[in-house]
Amino acid sequence: MGLLSDPNRRRALIGMLTRLNAPICMICYMAGVAWFMGLAFEPFTLRTYMSENAMGSTMVEERFPAGERALATGREFAAHKKKTGGMPVDWLVRTMQARGLEVYTQRFSRKLPFPDEDKERYMVKGTNVYGILRAPRAPRTEALVLSAPCSPGNENNQAVGILLGLAQYFRSQIYWAKDIIFLVNEHDLIGMQAWLEGYHHTNTTGMDWSPLQGRGGSIQAALSLELSSDVVTSLDLVLEGLNGQLPNLDLANLFYAFCQKIGVLCTTQGKLPRNDWDTTSGYSHAVQTMMLMVLKQASSRPWGDHGLFLRYHIEAASIKGVNSFRPYKTDATTVGRLLEGMYRKLNNLLERLHQSYFFYLMPSLTRFVSIGYYMPAFGLLALILLLRALDLWVQLSSPPTRTTEDGVEVVPASPGVLSILTPLVISHLTGVALYTLPVLSQELAVEHFPVSETEAVVLTAIAIYTAGLALPHNTHRLLAGEGTEQGWKVLKLVAVLYLAVLLGCTALINFSLGFILALTLVPLAAFITPHVPKTLSAVVMVILSPGLTLLFAVFFFQELQETPVTLQEGWMLYLSVISQGILDHALYGSLLYPLAALLVYPCWLLFWNILFWK
Amino acid sequence: MAARRCLGLWFFLITLCVVSTGADVLHTTPVTGTESSAAGTETVVARELPEAPSDPGEHTAAEPTREGEQNDRTRGGEQTLGQPTREEEQEQEKTREGEQTPAQPTREEEEEEEEQEQTRGEEEFTREEEEEELTREEEELTTEEEELTREEEEQTREEEELTTEEEELTTEEEELTREEEEQTREEEEEQQTTAQQEEQTKRWEATELEEEHVHDAAVPPLAGDPPAADPPSPPPSKDDFQEELVIRPLHSGDIYASFQFRTVWDADFMGDQKVSHYRLFPKSLGQVITKFSVRELHISFTQGYWRTMQWGQPYLPSPPGAELWVWFQDTVTDVDGTWKELTNVLSGIFCASLNFIDSTNTVQPSASFKPLGIGNVTDHSFLRYATLPREIVCTENLTPWKKLLPCGSKAGLSVLLKSEKLFHSTFHSQAVHVRPVCQDPQCRTTSMELRQTLNVVFDLHTSGQGKREWSLFKMFSRTLTEACPLASSSKVYVDVTDNPQGEQFELSPATPLLTQAVVLGDRRTYSVYDLTQQASFGSSRSLNMLLRWKAADGEMLRPLLHSERYVAGYGLQAGEIHTLIYNHHPYRAFPVLLLSAVPWYLRLYIHTLTVSSKGKDNRPSYIHYQPSKDRERPHLLEMLLQLPPNSVTEVTVEFERALLKWTEYTPDPNHGFYVGSSVISALVPSVVAMDTNSTLDRPLFSSFFPCKEEASYFMRVYTEPLLVNLPTPDFSMPYNVICLTCTVVAVGYGSLYNLLTRTFQVDEPSPGLAKRIANVIRRFRGVPLL
Repeated sequence: MGLLSDPNRRRALIGMLTRLNAPICMICYMAGVAWFMGLAFEPFTLRTYMSENAMGSTMVEERFPAGERALATGREFAAHKKKTGGMPVDWLVRTMQARGLEVYTQRFSRKLPFPDEDKERYMVKGTNVYGILRAPRAPRTEALVLSAPCSPGNENNQAVGILLGLAQYFRSQIYWAKDIIFLVNEHDLIGMQAWLEGYHHTNTTGMDWSPLQGRGGSIQAALSLELSSDVVTSLDLVLEGLNGQLPNLDLANLFYAFCQKIGVLCTTQGKLPRNDWDTTSGYSHAVQTMMLMVLKQASSRPWGDHGLFLRYHIEAASIKGVNSFRPYKTDATTVGRLLEGMYRKLNNLLERLHQSYFFYLMPSLTRFVSIGYYMPAFGLLALILLLRALDLWVQLSSPPTRTTEDGVEVVPASPGVLSILTPLVISHLTGVALYTLPVLSQELAVEHFPVSETEAVVLTAIAIYTAGLALPHNTHRLLAGEGTEQGWKVLKLVAVLYLAVLLGCTALINFSLGFILALTLVPLAAFITPHVPKTLSAVVMVILSPGLTLLFAVFFFQELQETPVTLQEGWMLYLSVISQGILDHALYGSLLYPLAALLVYPCWLLFWNILFWK
Repeated sequence: MAARRCLGLWFFLITLCVVSTGADVLHTTPVTGTESSAAGTETVVARELPEAPSDPGEHTAAEPTREGEQNDRTRGGEQTLGQPTREEEQEQEKTREGEQTPAQPTREEEEEEEEQEQTRGEEEFTREEEEEELTREEEELTTEEEELTREEEEQTREEEELTTEEEELTTEEEELTREEEEQTREEEEEQQTTAQQEEQTKRWEATELEEEHVHDAAVPPLAGDPPAADPPSPPPSKDDFQEELVIRPLHSGDIYASFQFRTVWDADFMGDQKVSHYRLFPKSLGQVITKFSVRELHISFTQGYWRTMQWGQPYLPSPPGAELWVWFQDTVTDVDGTWKELTNVLSGIFCASLNFIDSTNTVQPSASFKPLGIGNVTDHSFLRYATLPREIVCTENLTPWKKLLPCGSKAGLSVLLKSEKLFHSTFHSQAVHVRPVCQDPQCRTTSMELRQTLNVVFDLHTSGQGKREWSLFKMFSRTLTEACPLASSSKVYVDVTDNPQGEQFELSPATPLLTQAVVLGDRRTYSVYDLTQQASFGSSRSLNMLLRWKAADGEMLRPLLHSERYVAGYGLQAGEIHTLIYNHHPYRAFPVLLLSAVPWYLRLYIHTLTVSSKGKDNRPSYIHYQPSKDRERPHLLEMLLQLPPNSVTEVTVEFERALLKWTEYTPDPNHGFYVGSSVISALVPSVVAMDTNSTLDRPLFSSFFPCKEEASYFMRVYTEPLLVNLPTPDFSMPYNVICLTCTVVAVGYGSLYNLLTRTFQVDEPSPGLAKRIANVIRRFRGVPLL
């Protein structure tokens, strides 16, 4: 501590930091990015391993025999689905009852804030059907969930078939210690949301649902099955849930362990694990896998029906069957056995899954990066903000007396609270407008412009976003004569610290989102002053703004998924992503849209303000 | 003899009256010893007799003891001679007088009873042999003790045979000469003034009497037989053991088997004198009851949750885990201390973790748990109630429980209690209830009753392999070959209420005996297999009932009262406990008492308590709330609610999850913490009273006014226990935590403290050596220093 308490050395240190501020910031940025890219490099990552003892040493035998029968049930389900034109509730109830389950239904209805054009729905009405397999001699305190969505068209019939087949098989076994709930949810996430809210008797999103009649205690784990073909080539594990939450890593380990045991190809992000880490293609494969995970996590939306469970502290994952043109096929019996094995191990759990990591990134299904390894990448970026803040602080505390030789004349050390507060307030009001107006003014927009409701919402959002760029002129008018040198420095200091806190908090909750925002916002925050070339800087700022970051992310994501899009398609996709983001917030409580509109965008506006400071 | 016979019938009628009026009385009513069914009273109707036992002679010969009746008669005799101060000795004397058997070594009894207690196991073995060869000669070869008991038994058996024969012969006469009986009743009433006869009536098992009727009607009356000679006076015995098994096929295709073993002992545990001689009553329990001055003791161990929606109501409800409630006698001064000791002792007796019962999970309900035996105690400071929802019940609890039975698991119904099958079931519950009951209708003296019950439900899909077919062998992997020789009655009942014409299921071997009982407000019909009669076992000498379903799956039931409880909300800070109570009665409201004991680490916000039914506020007419004290006592909330007809009443209360001290967490903190079941005690309108089904074949005069007697019945329902997660630190990282804490303290606090307290002064740099020398020279020269 001598370093700080010794004024001389402190002065020297500070002097060095201010003098070398720009190069240090550059180095930090580079190091941050390099560190992040290094995370995908196999020698730097850890191999996944099972931490939970209850699932590790106890081997189970899988004996599920009835894959073909399950597929037949699936076909029957499909026929009834086609006949009723939706969820065949009665048929499901009867079938589940015949399998010895306690069957209950739940009705729900939801009016979306504006029509969802992707899934073509506005007024959603549906019914969830679930059957509870009561564990023998268990007091209804714990439960596991297996769900399959009842999707429109020809999708997921096989998933429902396997679900029912497993129900029948599980029912005749004596070893269950936890109730198992077999859930067929209609309207995918909306139905799941209704069911979970009903189960926990909460109402976070204002949905109408009928109360549940039967429960199984606290849910320990859940799997959601999506399967649309009789045979699969591989199974894909989806982990990313609402707000970037992830299930405990042991759930992924469990899936991987059983895939290995049974001999099923398994992927995450649709990418097989590869062993050639030392080649360029192997490394880029790992980077692609990790970047896909980062982008998905940053999107803050549930990437499968499991995503909504995570809010309730229920470890959940989706398993998607993929049928590609690979020669090696897996039949339904094998998929059933895999699930049986997983459920038997979950059944053995004595405690909730808690031993392994909750914060991780996966460059492949066999490798993971834990929070301790990836946080430094973000920390290096956040350090830049702190260094800039320190620099500004030093500049402010030792005012430049060199301008006038009088010495006493340099008064503007305190630029007035108003000059700082005004841009802050205005930018936040713009944020509030961006958050509220699109949905509120959709009717108005539809009346006056030839657009649909969804387009109206998205275009209003973009319009308000763009209108926010007109802010500096307004501020200037309000604060005539306030635009001093000290003023922008104080404002920038505030903005930089604001950004640091904002990004720090975001990264703790959702690392991916925090890191992507830091990647774009930090350089901008570092270099912006009123003295840089205005036009060029403005262009750079706009390019690095959150809105355009999203656009780039959309293109990048498509690129990574090996489905590149043209500019036109990309733009359409961008519009739909915005509408989905707003819908996710309204329907499931995703926090990305309010975060972006209420905090990130105003923060960016502050820097915009500084650029045009006079 | 005729007088005695009439007496029998007369008192049977009296019993009927007593019993039927007592049906709606709450548990506070003195319970007479005549109850033989599980949860209610029993009325008996003899129905058609498809098959009759072929040979009456065999039938009577094979019939083992009817100790109970005889014993009671003896007892009655004793008690006419005034209340003995030293009961036992007097009883011994009676024995000597009454039996008039020179060989009876009664004098040694006292000394040897202790030994008998220990050697009962051996005896049982020998008794089994005995069953096969009933010869007196053999007896002489056995040890003295055995001889003693056996002779006693033999004696009884002989008498029994005589009496039964006699009864059989005469009951028909009775029927024919009802009028005569009416007349003789007056005489009887005179006789009734003597205590002796009262005692006799007490012991007339209603069912048994009627069954005798049945047999009589079936067999050709042995007209020519001369009336048997008066039996010798019954031998003395102050305890009586009965066993029964009720099998109820459930709608869902599952099957419910309920065992009840009852030992009644006319010993006064509450008196001053010490009870030290045990025969049928388990000594381990008796000593505990005496030592801790226990008035009533109810303990149950349950694995699983009773599924009311599929199975209907159980005969004896119990919550998952262990439940213990005890009424102490009012002589106990330090109730809490006694309770603590008692739980520890019981923990040892039942190999259970009852020693985990302490002040943090013990409550004193003010209204929900009234004594079930006699004694109108209202001061609930002598009551303690505790549940351990986490207790896991397994074989180690079953074995000590079986040891309390007189026949152990060697003979009688208890041979079926094999753990490998009992724990291959969906629901398993075993209980011990000790309570004082009346010895006679006037209730002048009390007996101690020990009821051991075991309920088990076998699942159609797991145990039954999906085949809708059940047999004793399939359920228990044993069949019945004999009754417990010590039992005065040993019966198997099969509930055939829903199966009057055999359209639901097929029961084989068929039994001619039917009995009806009002159980849980519903009139049920049962087929009866009397194990004390050899005919029950048929030619194969073993009884293996087979139940084959014909009908398809039943719908879910709508029981009149059922409940549900869950924790609402998410996150680890707050939550809400919801209790839903359903009243499915179409037009009647009824009151329920809700008791919930919540551990202190869920801090209930009692101001958030809401009770609503049908969307309206439902004000409880009585609330007893005892707030918790951290680490000392739980919350206790008792409410008297009126459930509107056909409604759901929802009771919600919010809570906050406490952060425990790190040593207070269980070894598996992430499993969660249990909150015991709520108890709902209710007076439910009975199905009989609700019955509007006019198609039922009933006399017109019986169906105009709703029957008052059976208008409502007492029922207890337990809700699910809850599993609540508390905020849990990551115990796997103490090292990291220590490191982090130390670093924060050292770096953060240290530097801050340093900066705050240190004063900074500009320090003149100390001059170098050369400069110092130069200054010394300058001082000499008188020039200014450097």
